[in-house]
Amino acid sequence: MSSLAAKAEKAQRGALAARARPRSRGLWSDAWRRLRRNRAAVAGLGFILLMFLVAIFAPLLAPHDPETIPATARSNTPPIWMDRSDSSYPLGTDSLARDELSRLLYGARISMIVGFVPTILTVVVGASIGMLSGWLGGKADNWLMRGVDVVYAFPSFLFFIILQAALRDTWLGQQLGGLLLLFVAFALTGWVGMARLVRGQILSLKEREFVEAARAVGVPTHRILTRHLLPNTLAPIIVSISFDVPAYILAEAGLSFLGLGIRPPTASWGSMVFESFPLITFLPVFVIMPATLIALIMIAFAFVGDGLRDALDPQMSR
Amino acid sequence: MHAAPGGPWDAKSGGGRILDPTLEASFARKYGLDEPLWRQYAIYLGNAVRFDFGTSFTQEGTDVSEIVLRGFPESATIGVLAFAVSLLIGLPIGVLAAMKQNTIVDYVSLLIATVGYTLPSFVLAIFFLLIFAVRLEWVPVLFDGGRSYILPALTLGIGGSAFLARLMRSSTLEVMRQDFVRTARAKGLRARMVTSRHIVRNGMIPVITVLGPTLAGLITGTIIIERVFGVPGMGYLFIDSITRRDYPVIMGTTIFYAFIVVVGNLAVDLAYIVADPRIRSSR
Repeated sequence: MSSLAAKAEKAQRGALAARARPRSRGLWSDAWRRLRRNRAAVAGLGFILLMFLVAIFAPLLAPHDPETIPATARSNTPPIWMDRSDSSYPLGTDSLARDELSRLLYGARISMIVGFVPTILTVVVGASIGMLSGWLGGKADNWLMRGVDVVYAFPSFLFFIILQAALRDTWLGQQLGGLLLLFVAFALTGWVGMARLVRGQILSLKEREFVEAARAVGVPTHRILTRHLLPNTLAPIIVSISFDVPAYILAEAGLSFLGLGIRPPTASWGSMVFESFPLITFLPVFVIMPATLIALIMIAFAFVGDGLRDALDPQMSR
Repeated sequence: MHAAPGGPWDAKSGGGRILDPTLEASFARKYGLDEPLWRQYAIYLGNAVRFDFGTSFTQEGTDVSEIVLRGFPESATIGVLAFAVSLLIGLPIGVLAAMKQNTIVDYVSLLIATVGYTLPSFVLAIFFLLIFAVRLEWVPVLFDGGRSYILPALTLGIGGSAFLARLMRSSTLEVMRQDFVRTARAKGLRARMVTSRHIVRNGMIPVITVLGPTLAGLITGTIIIERVFGVPGMGYLFIDSITRRDYPVIMGTTIFYAFIVVVGNLAVDLAYIVADPRIRSSR
């Protein structure tokens, strides 16, 4: 008798599980499935993960300190596959005799930080302003979007240079090897794109039935915004993030290449190109190595970004 | 800008020379740096509306406008050439890829366009410099006019053309499915006419909207590219004046850049009206 009841319960649970299974194929698992099928995106994701690990474990992986100038080492030692190399510096040493390999590894750290931290700021600020603007509409929306247009029209890289010129030697510019000023600069221009995107989404979403239904049953506004509207804008936000992160990495590399980004002695790939650039005819490897890493990480992000867009928005692609 | 610490006569910016204080004070008086900040600003604004941007701190006796105008032709040459390269390469590839959608032509050009678009222009510039100037010695490593414009224009243009090719491909694909294209075919118009008159012309419209951002990209692109190739253009001057704290030149170039951006955006708006008659009628 009791075993029969247990069996019935088991069968019922099985039926429930069976019914639940197709439902678990939601937007996200579908998108993940599509993304995995995209070989370029998977390769890009793999490279980004690798760089993430390098960034986290840089202190363990690096054979030397990237910033201190050793007393004994020669400067401009070429990598081991070239003549006159030194086996304790596998990729050679830069013009100040610092270990090139260690500097490249720590450079991954700067790239990852400078890519993701401002993106988080951008998303938080941009999405809130966009959401507010789209939800309130009317005058507030009009004013906010005028501000957005002004920031949008000005070339951001030019703005970064001017900001660096003005604030580089102030307290703000000297924090974290120049990183803090970069965060501020990137966030100041970056929120605009996010705000536009989210506002557009909210404008069309707020007219939908499910929002009306939520309001009809008395859901408070802040819950409508966070529980009903925000989740629906998540897909475009994620796609946008995948394009923002590499944009910031590139901007840092470009600024550092001009000598206006990361402050010495901190190593970033861009500043390494800047520092070895005078030697380009003499020892081009030291320019090629960081430049190649910049190129690879940009391509990796582009593949992932394209893949995510195709995966999350199947109607838009091709 | 002047509120930034460090001055033009600091040992760091003056090549290691340390000026004695009385000399520094007399320099400061000459360039008005002893006035309070607000007064310096008011004087500057007053002069700027009369197109007088002052004289350079580091190149004595040279007007800022003179310096900026000396660099501008170099940058403009590269910019215009790069723009031409992006249009001449980007648009045909985009149209071709769309016409041969889902064939090997399409895939190859899309892959090249993606990589070309993603590759940072200064990385591309460095590799071009290494290959064509250092290794093959086709062009001189140091800038000397003439042939030296080829590489900067090409590096900038390739990035732009990859971007335009992607955009042109998708907009051409969209236009190809429109009814008026089918009508044009149905009335027996030759395929070449349909392509050139109906598809390409309409496919250009979204391309024109991004010419503004493309222009901005070219402007900022030249700043970095000029560094790589050592072109003595505006971008080079700009960065140089920042490291030397030559305030009048920094301000002058910034204002000039802002001016170019505004003019560029206006030109794009006007071009849009010319290209798309629907905008004119809606006004």
